[in-house]
Amino acid sequence: MAIVKNDSVIEQEWITVDAEGDLPASDENLIVPLARFKEERDSLLGRNGGLGVQLNPGDAPEDLADDLDRLSIITVNFPAYTDGRGYSYGRVLRERMGFTGELRAVGDVLRDQILYMHRCGFDAYDLKVEGEVALNKVRAALKEMSVYYQPTGDGRVTAQSLRERRRAALQ
Amino acid sequence: MSLQVVTANRLDDGLVVFLASDGSWSENINDARIADGKEAADALLAEASAPELDIVIVGPYLIDVEQQGADIVPTKYREVLRTKGPSVREDLGYQAV
Amino acid sequence: MYRYDDFDRQLVHERTEQFREQVKRRLAGDITEEQFRPLRLMNGVYLQLHAYMLRVAVPYGTLRADQLRQLGMIARVYDKGYGHFTTRQNIQYNWPKLDEIPDALLDLAKVEMHAIQTSGNCIRNTTTDQYAGAAADEIEDPRPYCELIRQWSTFHPEFTYLPRKFKIAVTGSPNDRAAVKVHDIGLRMHQNDAGETGFEVMVGGGLGRTPFVGKTIREFIGKNDLFSYLEAILRVYNRFGRRDNKYKARIKILVHEEGIDKIRELVEEEWAQIKDGSLRVDDAEIAHYIEQFAPPAFEALSDDDADFERHKSENRRFANWVRSNVIEHKQPGYAIANVSLKPIGGIPGDATDTQMELVADLSEKYSFGDVRVTHEQNLVLPHVKKADLFAVWSELDKADLGTANLGYVTDIISCPGLDYCALATARSIPLSQRISERFGDLDRQHDIGELKIKISGCINACGHHHVGHIGILGLDKRGKEFYQITLGGDASQDASIGKIAGAGFSEAEVVDAIESLVTKYIDIRESGERFIDTYRRVGMDPFKEVLYGDR
Repeated sequence: MAIVKNDSVIEQEWITVDAEGDLPASDENLIVPLARFKEERDSLLGRNGGLGVQLNPGDAPEDLADDLDRLSIITVNFPAYTDGRGYSYGRVLRERMGFTGELRAVGDVLRDQILYMHRCGFDAYDLKVEGEVALNKVRAALKEMSVYYQPTGDGRVTAQSLRERRRAALQ
Repeated sequence: MSLQVVTANRLDDGLVVFLASDGSWSENINDARIADGKEAADALLAEASAPELDIVIVGPYLIDVEQQGADIVPTKYREVLRTKGPSVREDLGYQAV
Repeated sequence: MYRYDDFDRQLVHERTEQFREQVKRRLAGDITEEQFRPLRLMNGVYLQLHAYMLRVAVPYGTLRADQLRQLGMIARVYDKGYGHFTTRQNIQYNWPKLDEIPDALLDLAKVEMHAIQTSGNCIRNTTTDQYAGAAADEIEDPRPYCELIRQWSTFHPEFTYLPRKFKIAVTGSPNDRAAVKVHDIGLRMHQNDAGETGFEVMVGGGLGRTPFVGKTIREFIGKNDLFSYLEAILRVYNRFGRRDNKYKARIKILVHEEGIDKIRELVEEEWAQIKDGSLRVDDAEIAHYIEQFAPPAFEALSDDDADFERHKSENRRFANWVRSNVIEHKQPGYAIANVSLKPIGGIPGDATDTQMELVADLSEKYSFGDVRVTHEQNLVLPHVKKADLFAVWSELDKADLGTANLGYVTDIISCPGLDYCALATARSIPLSQRISERFGDLDRQHDIGELKIKISGCINACGHHHVGHIGILGLDKRGKEFYQITLGGDASQDASIGKIAGAGFSEAEVVDAIESLVTKYIDIRESGERFIDTYRRVGMDPFKEVLYGDR
């Protein structure tokens, strides 16, 4: 298991606990599912360690609107890579809600989806392979396409804007 | 007595093949290894589904067959078509050979 | 017509290389079939009964001569000398080899073609009126918008793993030839009171196992806001479409279960947030696309051509062809020529490599290099001078492409069915051949008039049987092929879903059943009524009576 972020393999600094599991000590970094966050919000926010929330398919990222600046990380679970709801969550979090923390894709995260995840606001990927292999997969994935038709929040320039620039330059 | 064979499509060219007695995959259903009864059929399918075969064939499954003389013939028309080719183009598929 | 610039070419090239790598990894065992399958589907590669199938996109049904010629070459070099034109204006090849497909895609890329998103749970080919830019009844050419939709929807990072496939159709004419009302999103171009161009937006139409006519979510969206509105609809669908059951995953189910008002609310709320963002397209940009689809250099001609009239009076077969297959053009002296891929007794929608090359040559010589594919599985030469029609027809006739049956009972739409398709429950092509043979006499066909028979080989309805005036659904009853008849379907602006007539028919009985329906229609029709009009006037009972009366 390797987490790739910003062109390097990073340490797992977060403990993810599900709906029922026991919470670790207060100074540990903790990620809980959205439902649990909503239920135990006050006590969770009172912890000393870092706090993150995991979104599962069917969750509404909008529910985090009031607490975004208190979250260092949001993980979005892709239980099956064919479940594409997480892509919308990523875009809503980054482009509409302005989330600036780490947005990590977890679950069934495979090389062939990484570029699209990236375009939808994800900046970290928890892959099922180890270190160097994971890093190389992400690097290869991000290089696969260089022309983009659609604007997203990733700032990549679209074919349309390149065309406009070219037309302007030719005038 | 329920007789079955395993069929699949070959990975590289997509053509219909059958698991033969010697463990190879043949285009000719008459080479197919027949499983008699559920236990044998389950074992046959398990063999055909081995991970190593993922680069040889795609989507193996069991089909019911009958012995008609020397020939093995599927009982369902869909599977008969797979041994022959499209009924509307007799110049295409295995039937054309 | 739209010409790729280097950005479009680069994108297709990168995708082709990406898929080549994926194929390599698959063949080497680096990825499993389970991981590979959605990837190959997104590149139009299916696994069917006998072999793989490659579905090549024909964006909004528009081809250049060199593209059609290349499609013929692909058929010859990579397949078995033929291709099949589909009910979504695409082309399918039935015998490609996986390890050769990357090379075929490279050859397609040379003529600005690809197989991107012709399968998979993503946005598919946007289809439109086959007479776009030519029809006399057109309000505005929809194709510039279709091209913009194509780009917006290609490799959309957010909408590549939708609950299910997503199909968009656009019409620029009030006579809807694109079946927009039975698409996931249907767009009808029109002008508002201020004279501005925009679209009526309909959602939740579809066929398959649960057919629905689409519902209007918005009467008018201006052209500058179309893409942000589409994005809003797709985001709502991506987030809330069902994923628990493959057969309940289309947007039509979401609309049906939540109600159009609720869906509208969600979409409008989403749209409000994004409408002023980067998806807004300004008039200048739209103008660039409209320019790409500017009319060809028509000559100033009189609408009367003496030679054309003379050929008609001298050659009855030519006159018959003009009567059925030639449609009025907006430009005087020109006509729209329909190329039938439904020879009597033939396989509907199939064309050989030589036939494709011939049509390509004819389009170059007589139609400004422009060819269209229709969702009724025929081809069109959209801009032919009346003076040239006889020469065109003579060539088509020699190549078995001159059947004078557009819209007639033998102009059958048929899915490939059990002869090719792994999903099918029954064969459909032989039935279409038998019906075609039974009604082969042209005078009889002309007398019957417009009668759209559509045949599907399973409940997935790829033959669009739900919207056939007579629809036929192939089923399996105790191991035997069995056919259910529906009546009263319509894919036009008067869209309706056909009703099941009653118990099904065996292969031996069904052609007689069709014949008795036609005979009844002839018997009771009033002046000017097509089959569908008579059905709408008298209802199911008289037809049910002839089918089942003595049962």
